[in-house]
Amino acid sequence: MANEVIFHSIHLPESWKLENYLKTGGYDALKKVIAEKIPAEEIIAQVKTSALRGRGGAGFPTGLKWSFMPRQFPGDKYVVCNTDEGEPGTFKDKDIVRFNPHQLIEGMIIAGYTLGATAGYNYIHGEIFECYERFEAALDEARAANLLGKNILGSGWDFDIHAHHGYGAYVCGEETALLESIEGKKGQPRFKPPFPASFGLYGKPTTINNTETLASIPYIVKHGGQKFLELGKPNNGGTKIFSVSGHVNKPGNYEIGMGTPFKDLLEMAGGVRDGHKLKAVIPGGSSVPVVPAEIMMDLTMDYDSIAKAGSMLGAGSVIVMDETVCMVKALERLSYFYFEESCGQCTPCREGTGWLYRVVQRIEHGEGRQEDLDLLDSVAGNIMGRTICALGDAAAMPVQGMLKHYRDEFEYHSKHKKCMVSGV
Amino acid sequence: MANIEMDGKALSVPDGSTVIDAADAAGIYIPRFCYHKKLSVAANCRMCLVEVEKAPKLLPACATPVMEGMKVQTRSPKALAAQKAVMEFMLINHPLDCPICDQGGECQLQDLAVGYGKGGSRYQEEKRVVLNKNIGPLISTDMTRCIHCTRCVRFGQEIGGIMEMGQIGRGEHSEITPFLGHAVSSELSGNMIDLCPVGALTSKPFRYKARSWELKHTASVAPHDSLGSNIEIHSKNGTVLRVVPRENEEINQCWLSDRDRFAYEGLAAKDRLRRPMIKQNDVWRECDWQYALDFAVHALQALKEKHGAQQVGALATPQATVEELFLLQKVMRGMGSDNVDFRLRQSDFSADAGLQGAPWLGMAVAEVSKLDSVLLVGTNLRADHPLLALRLRQAAKHGARVSLLNPLDDDLFMPLAAKAIVSPAAMAETLDQVRRVLAGETVSGDAQKIAANLQQGESKAVLLGNLAQHHPQFSELHSLAQQIAAACGAKLGFLGESANSVGGYLAGALPAAGGLNAGAMLNNAPKATILLGVEPEGDTYNPAQAMAALRSADLVVALSAYKSPTLLKSADVLLPIAPFSETSGTFVSTEGRVQSFAAAVKPLGEARPAWKVLRVLGNLLALDGFDYDSSEQVRDVALTGAVSVKLNNTLKTLKPLSKVTHGALQRVGDVSAYHADAIVRRATSLQTSHAAANNARMNGALLSSLGLCEGVLIKVSQGEGSAELKAARDDKLPDACVRVAAGSAATATLGGLFDEIKVERA
Repeated sequence: MANEVIFHSIHLPESWKLENYLKTGGYDALKKVIAEKIPAEEIIAQVKTSALRGRGGAGFPTGLKWSFMPRQFPGDKYVVCNTDEGEPGTFKDKDIVRFNPHQLIEGMIIAGYTLGATAGYNYIHGEIFECYERFEAALDEARAANLLGKNILGSGWDFDIHAHHGYGAYVCGEETALLESIEGKKGQPRFKPPFPASFGLYGKPTTINNTETLASIPYIVKHGGQKFLELGKPNNGGTKIFSVSGHVNKPGNYEIGMGTPFKDLLEMAGGVRDGHKLKAVIPGGSSVPVVPAEIMMDLTMDYDSIAKAGSMLGAGSVIVMDETVCMVKALERLSYFYFEESCGQCTPCREGTGWLYRVVQRIEHGEGRQEDLDLLDSVAGNIMGRTICALGDAAAMPVQGMLKHYRDEFEYHSKHKKCMVSGV
Repeated sequence: MANIEMDGKALSVPDGSTVIDAADAAGIYIPRFCYHKKLSVAANCRMCLVEVEKAPKLLPACATPVMEGMKVQTRSPKALAAQKAVMEFMLINHPLDCPICDQGGECQLQDLAVGYGKGGSRYQEEKRVVLNKNIGPLISTDMTRCIHCTRCVRFGQEIGGIMEMGQIGRGEHSEITPFLGHAVSSELSGNMIDLCPVGALTSKPFRYKARSWELKHTASVAPHDSLGSNIEIHSKNGTVLRVVPRENEEINQCWLSDRDRFAYEGLAAKDRLRRPMIKQNDVWRECDWQYALDFAVHALQALKEKHGAQQVGALATPQATVEELFLLQKVMRGMGSDNVDFRLRQSDFSADAGLQGAPWLGMAVAEVSKLDSVLLVGTNLRADHPLLALRLRQAAKHGARVSLLNPLDDDLFMPLAAKAIVSPAAMAETLDQVRRVLAGETVSGDAQKIAANLQQGESKAVLLGNLAQHHPQFSELHSLAQQIAAACGAKLGFLGESANSVGGYLAGALPAAGGLNAGAMLNNAPKATILLGVEPEGDTYNPAQAMAALRSADLVVALSAYKSPTLLKSADVLLPIAPFSETSGTFVSTEGRVQSFAAAVKPLGEARPAWKVLRVLGNLLALDGFDYDSSEQVRDVALTGAVSVKLNNTLKTLKPLSKVTHGALQRVGDVSAYHADAIVRRATSLQTSHAAANNARMNGALLSSLGLCEGVLIKVSQGEGSAELKAARDDKLPDACVRVAAGSAATATLGGLFDEIKVERA
């Protein structure tokens, strides 16, 4: 089942070219939709059946999200693809755009067709300019082949996609900050409600999906939602790309069925680097709580299983840590990231992320105090659930996760002014 | 209506309101910083988090709409914990420098910290420091104190119409800042001081002058335009230290223009007249009241006897109170003269015979916000009527079509549906084109568009601004506007120029039986002339002519708060009177609202309220009916009967359009906002905020045809008067027009506001 949905053409040289995508059945789904004039309701029903859940991290059911869109609303409506992949540990979307941009384009066109959109935008993260250029090239190819633009495949239906290059701010991956950024404003999340489905880009109804989510759509349309669902497990349909990084022998992207045991994924990634043993895993990108090795080895890779273990599948960014990792130092790095990336709009995140970072930094540098652990826990708790967007939670969760499972390391640092792992 | 429960109380609240609205209406206080009832909801401070049954997280009360059956707890342990946590975050990087902060005592952060903060801080790290920004002479910044509520930013975007403050940087590095290197220039900027919940933006002129709790508060009315903005005068030890808005939803809402806010500095100007003065043998000397009054009365009576009552006259500023204007005309009429007027900048009085009442706004101020379509004729709206501009901006935001017929095209910070920017000489003709379109004719160009806009919507108005009222063809503009309003079902209105532009009519301070009007008196002054608060060099249509006229009079008795150089030249007696802050009085606003106010402080030196001076003058002249004990008594006599029936914009007889001939170049003489009256001309901070106003502006075509370029010193002249000014380019001005603003000393030597002007290289 590996590489079944998205990386199916990755073995081809220049898999990103239109001709190669067409060779592997590319744009068949779009052609089918156009030729058979498949009603939008039916496509949405298939997506619901597929149990495709948002691949950007939140795991919200895509079919349900699509059903929120007021398709009959007169005037402009938009489909926006979120390729603003910027969280430490994530690197799947850039590979989709790099190696299979046409499948994303096809998915966006079908989404546009289904949702009655007049245009699509792909917001590409600021630090991956190469992907932006490749995506633009693919758009040109698609337009030249009448797959995109005016009168698509002679259907009389117009739909175009614009690539938008971000500037590298993590917060712009938050969907409403992303919309603000496209509009040319400072990337800051909007307060919701209203949700983008009613007041989105330029105030128009907008559906925003992750790159991997949209790239999964052609498969669902072509093979049916049921087949996609069966690639995974109930409520967790399809394959998922897991970006494995850290202390493994073969880090990289692995597209496997949802529900695959973690130990199988670890094996695919070549196992923990030679001579070391697994200490912990951050299963979904830097914003989710850490999971100790002994718990992780019993989990399967899907939303529900990881959630039960008190963490989140997130974007499927698996950060593997072996026994040489000092958790205090790891948290210092993570906290710095959120301190640096907070947009500064709302109080708990603007003020709290800096506080967290400074306290962790102090502990790491041998200036910790015993009361700092409770302080950290309390400050993180004071941020949780009280901010406009999820960045506050993302900053708080790693702190709470680390303190829950590795409190002894923090206490050791504070008390002995040195590291429990390295001894210095 | 939705039925909700808040803190156990059953409430019925209007649909669409938010939890914080419902709480405010029910008297339940939810702490907040970023929320402001007049601004959009930002929900960024997170202070108003409350617990809502069935919601998984706490919700911000400011952004949460009420729903039927909703159960809200504002002080549950969860809600309180969140509010306290947010307060702790607010304070960790706040400098807590309350002892040296001007906001102390009226600081929302300070107040809420008492309720939600802790005695000590758990934050042991270094605090953030943010560099202060110089945003001009009106607002002082201490940006380290900023809590990033973005009220100032939203004010600019939503109310001021121009975003002058913004947030740059991310996270802890976020800063509220003006555009790099720019000062804030909005005519409404001072409102940001009120909006700032902390001491980040405070009043620069007021800085370190007093603690808020030391100040005596006196309710008053702003005298610098005709809106009648409600203000509160804050004073200490008999000195006015600041002016802040007094909320009145029907007038100024919670806003105040910078002019109304900062003009108070002029009340303590160095050239305030403290003692009576008389000029004998060309030498001024101070004297006591008795001597000065006797001198004036004897001279008046002697001249009257010698030349007749026709050679006695009086001119008053429209900024004077109803009581003062009433007593002045009573003195005149008691002496047998009908020569009295307050319309100092008006130049065309030919419609006077057709007037049926006092020209007024034609509607309530609050109605302006609800207009669907409006035509503005001859106005420098943002400068002359900043808060009416704000109201129109609100209307435009909701889709109102605003059209403009004007010689100026200054940005109004609102979308215009149509505009015709023409020379003053072409205004009446263009307005006539609009009339003709509405009468079924077809004309080309802007008039067609303006007319089309006036034909749409329900609630409409044609409003004549200051420039139209000063215009040499005012009566024609009035006649045409009346016909246009009638043709499209609009209300006709006047944007009154000054605090008592309506009140002056009601007080009868204008000729009623063939007496001389202001234009005539300022052209050829009566032998004996009384001036009430008039500064001829800044307050009149033609300053050069006015000063010459007054100099040729045998006697000028000036009641004035200031010892201005021109009065020293032209007057013979100077009687020190109290400005509005030092006397009780009444203004009738442009919407016909009668507002009386009390003195905030005692008159400076030996100055006296002018109504008392005029009362004594009446008595000394042995006139009947000057036995008033209080200004209220004067007011009650001056304003008997309902005011509403005395307001009328309709002319009995229309004036036909005349052919105008004018010279090669015509002056566009708007009155610059901060030179509009004697007080504001002396407000030093306002003066420095717009120091660059003294130049002669013209479009590029005219500049090059005159062989001039921007920035060169040029000599502009009108008649015998001339001034050296800098040439400035403004391509939005119509051809053959030179815009030279009036009111300042630099242009006091010039002639009529819309008369011919010559330009040459200096």
